[in-house]
Amino acid sequence: MNNVYAWPYANEFGQRETVRSDVLVLGGGLAGCFAAIAAARKGRSVALVEKGATERSGSAGSGFDHWESACSNPCSRVTPKEIAEAYIEEQDEYSNGIAHYIECREGYDRLLDLEDFGGKIRDTEGLFRGAEFRDEKTGLLFAYDYTNRFTLRVWGTTFKPALYRELKRLGVRVFDRVEATCLATAGSGGEKRCTGAIGMNTRTGKLMVFEAAATVLAMSRPARIWLFNPDLVGLCEFRPTQSIGSGHAMGWRAGVEFTMMEKSVRGEFSAAGRSFPPYGTGNNHNTWYAATMVDARGVEIPYVDRDGRELKTVSERYRPAPGQKFFLKGGVIDEAKYPYRGPETLDYDELMRRGYKLPFYADLSRMPEMERRAIWGLMVGEEGKTRIPILENYTRRGFDPEKHMLQSYGTGWQSASFLGQERQLFGAPGGIMHDWDLKTNLDGLYAAGDQLFASDCCGFACATGYYAGRKAADSVGGAEREKVDPALIDREEARLYAPMLVRDGMNWRELNMAISKAMQNYCGEFKCDELLNEGLDLLNSYERDSVPLLCCDNPHELMRTHEVLDILEVARLILNACLLRKTSSAPLNFRRTDSDLTDPPQDRAFLTIRQENGKAVGGRKPLRYFGDIETEYIKRNEAYIAERDARYGSR
Amino acid sequence: MTVDKELWAVRTPASARPITFDSDRCIGCNRCANICQVDVFIPNPEKGKPPVLMWPGECYYCGSCVMVCPRQGAITLNHPLMNRAKFVPSRRPEDDPVC
Ligand SMILES: Cc1cc2nc3c(=O)[nH]c(=O)nc-3n(C[C@H](O)[C@H](O)[C@H](O)COP(=O)(O)OP(=O)(O)OC[C@H]3O[C@@H](n4cnc5c(N)ncnc54)[C@H](O)[C@@H]3O)c2cc1C
Ligand code: SF4
Ligand code: SF4
Repeated sequence: MNNVYAWPYANEFGQRETVRSDVLVLGGGLAGCFAAIAAARKGRSVALVEKGATERSGSAGSGFDHWESACSNPCSRVTPKEIAEAYIEEQDEYSNGIAHYIECREGYDRLLDLEDFGGKIRDTEGLFRGAEFRDEKTGLLFAYDYTNRFTLRVWGTTFKPALYRELKRLGVRVFDRVEATCLATAGSGGEKRCTGAIGMNTRTGKLMVFEAAATVLAMSRPARIWLFNPDLVGLCEFRPTQSIGSGHAMGWRAGVEFTMMEKSVRGEFSAAGRSFPPYGTGNNHNTWYAATMVDARGVEIPYVDRDGRELKTVSERYRPAPGQKFFLKGGVIDEAKYPYRGPETLDYDELMRRGYKLPFYADLSRMPEMERRAIWGLMVGEEGKTRIPILENYTRRGFDPEKHMLQSYGTGWQSASFLGQERQLFGAPGGIMHDWDLKTNLDGLYAAGDQLFASDCCGFACATGYYAGRKAADSVGGAEREKVDPALIDREEARLYAPMLVRDGMNWRELNMAISKAMQNYCGEFKCDELLNEGLDLLNSYERDSVPLLCCDNPHELMRTHEVLDILEVARLILNACLLRKTSSAPLNFRRTDSDLTDPPQDRAFLTIRQENGKAVGGRKPLRYFGDIETEYIKRNEAYIAERDARYGSR
Repeated sequence: MTVDKELWAVRTPASARPITFDSDRCIGCNRCANICQVDVFIPNPEKGKPPVLMWPGECYYCGSCVMVCPRQGAITLNHPLMNRAKFVPSRRPEDDPVC
C-alpha cells in the first residue's frame, strides 16, 4: 500500500490574513459558542477560532447526557445559592464560587436557548411517560436526586450542531481548523491589555492575525502532562486529542494569572492504558447511576444511604436519606461529605469481608424498564462518545441490556487503577483566576468553561461562556481596537514555522514521552523543592536542546508539534505552582515530603501564579474572595436579570 | 517567511485500526473527514473514494464521523481489541450451586 501522500491542501505558509472584530473567542466548544452568541446578541461583531470543526468539536462535541445544577428549572426544589454553596463546602472552599453560582443561576436559561436553537431538552414524544424521573407537565427528565430535580437528562448529541447553526444565523465568523497560538498584548505591568491573538491554519499553514477589543479564552484545560502513549495518542486522556491546554500555555506566556495549578489527582482515566472506553464498562456512576450491580455469582450488591441503611428498592437510590434535604452527584463529586452524600453501593472492603466475588457487573436486566431504558439508550447514547462507540458498537457485538450484564474491572468502580505518579488534571483542577466579570488580570481578556479554575461540566461551560461573552461585549463600548504589534507577528511566525525547516530531527512524540516521564519522576504523588527544581531544570534543558531539533513535514504535524511545546510550557507552569505551595493540602491532593504541615491556616488560600519577564510571580487570594455569591451576582447583573425575566418569565 | 518545500504526509501506522470503510457504500463526500475534530483523515486523492486514515493513533473514538455519514455502513468505528469490555448472560444466584 502506498503510504506517502502529496499534501491535499494548499501550501499557505508565509501568507497572512488579518481579521478584525469587536469580540474574539478562542475555542469553539460549548463555552466558546455561547460566548460568541452572547456577544453577537449584543450587536458586536464576533470572530470565533476553533482548532477542530465547531459543529462537533470539544469535549461535548459528540454529546453529553447530564445537565448539572439547573437550579432554576421549573421543577427544582433547591435554590441556586443552596447548590453553589454546597459545592463550595464540598470542595473545602477550593471551589469556583463565582462560576458555580452563574451555572446554578443561569444554566437553565442556556438550556432553553439550546431548545430554541433546535436542541432537544425534553421528552416530547412521551417515551418515558409515567417514569418517576419525568415531569408530566414539562416533559423534563431528571437524574440523581429525583426529589429535588436539579440535574436534567438531556439529548446532548443534538447540541453542538444546533449551536453551530445559531452561530451562522447570527453572522459570527467561524474560523475552523485554526489553532490559536499566541495572545497579543500591549502595555506592561498592571496596565497590560489583550489586543487579540495570532494563530495558524492547521491544514494550510497560513498565519492568522486577530485584532479585537475584547477576547474570550475557551480552550479547555491541559492534558498529556503525565499520561502519554505515543501509539494511541487520542486515547491518553479523557478530553479530545487536540485539547491539551494551549489556552493555558499562551496565557502563561502573556502574563495571565492562574490558580490551583499545583492540584493534580491520581489518574482516573486513560483508555490508552488501564481504562476502557468511557461509559463502556459496568459501573454505577455518572451515566450509569444507579445501575444494579452484582458480583460474579449474580448476587446483588446492596446500595446504602449515607447512614449505612440498606436500600430495598431501586427508587430509593434516587432519594435523599431521612433528614437530608438533597444530595450531590456529578462529574466532580466523588465521595461527597456526609451532608451531601447520596446513595452508593456498599464499600468495596466491606463487600470483600462479606464474601462477594470479583468480577462485578452492571446488570440492567434487573432494573425497572424505564430505568433500564434511561441508562441504556438515553444516557448511553446521548452521553459524549457513546452513541456510536458504545450504544451502536456493543449492540453490534450482541449486547442486550435485558439479557446481559456488563463487566466492571479492577477492584473499585472506576474500572482502572493507576499508580500515584500517573496523574491528571481532573476533578475541578486549576486554571485561570478571574473576577466577577470572568475577566482575567489582563484588560480586555476574559475566560470561560474548562479554562477557568475548578471548572467541571457542560452547564458550567455554557453558563460561564455566555456570561463571559456578554461581559466582554459590554466592555467593548468605547474601547479602541489596537493593531497587533508587527514585531510580535514576525516573532510568532518564526516560532511557529521553525519545525518545518528542520531536517532529520526529532518527532513530537519523543518530546511528549520525555515530558510525561519527567513529570512522573519529578512531580508525582510526593513533592519536595529539590525534586521540583530538578524537574524544572530538566524541562528547561528540553527547551534549550531538544525543541530546536523538532521537525515535521506538513501543517497537521506542525499542529501536533506545537501542542507538545504547549505541554512543555504547562508542565513548567505546574512545577512552578508546586514550588509556591510549601505545605501539603488534602483538598488539592498535594503532598510534600519536606513539610509536616497539612492545610495550616496560613496556607488555606488560592495561591496565584503568573509569569513576568520570564520569572514566576506568586500571589494569593483568600478562599471566598468572591464574597456572598448571591449579593455580588445581583449587584452586577441587574440588566441580565430583567432581560432574562422578560424572555423566560420571572422565577 | 515561506516554507519552500513540497508538503507531503506519510500514513503513520498505529497498533489499532479505529476506522474502516466499506468502499462499495462510501460515496467519497468527505463529510467524515471534515467533521473530525482531530483531523485524522485526508481526502482520497482519487475522487469518490473513502478518505485516507492518515493518523489512526490520534483518533479520539468519539464517533462523530460515523454520526455525520449519509451512507449507513460506509464507515465503522472499532475499539482496540484490549478495550472491548466483556459482557456475559445475566446470572441469578439460584443458577449457581456455590451460592
Ligand atoms: C466524554 C465526555 C463526557 C462528558 N459528559 C458530560 C456530561 O454528561 N455532563 C456534563 O456536565 N459534563 C460532561 N463532560 C464535561 C464537559 O463536556 C466539559 O466540561 C465541557 O464541554 C467543557 O466545555 P468547554 O467549552 O470549556 O471546553 P471544550 O468543549 O472541550 O472546548 C474547547 C475547544 O477549544 C478548542 N481548542 C483547544 N485548543 C485550541 C487552540 N489552541 N485554538 C483554537 N481552539 C482550540 C478545542 O478544539 C475545543 O473545541 C464530559 C466530558 C467528556 C470528555
Ligand atoms: S471517531 Fe472521532 S476522532 Fe476518530 S476519526 Fe471519527 S470523528 Fe475523528
Ligand atoms: S461521510 Fe460516509 S460516504 Fe462520506 S466519505 Fe465519509 S464514509 Fe464515505
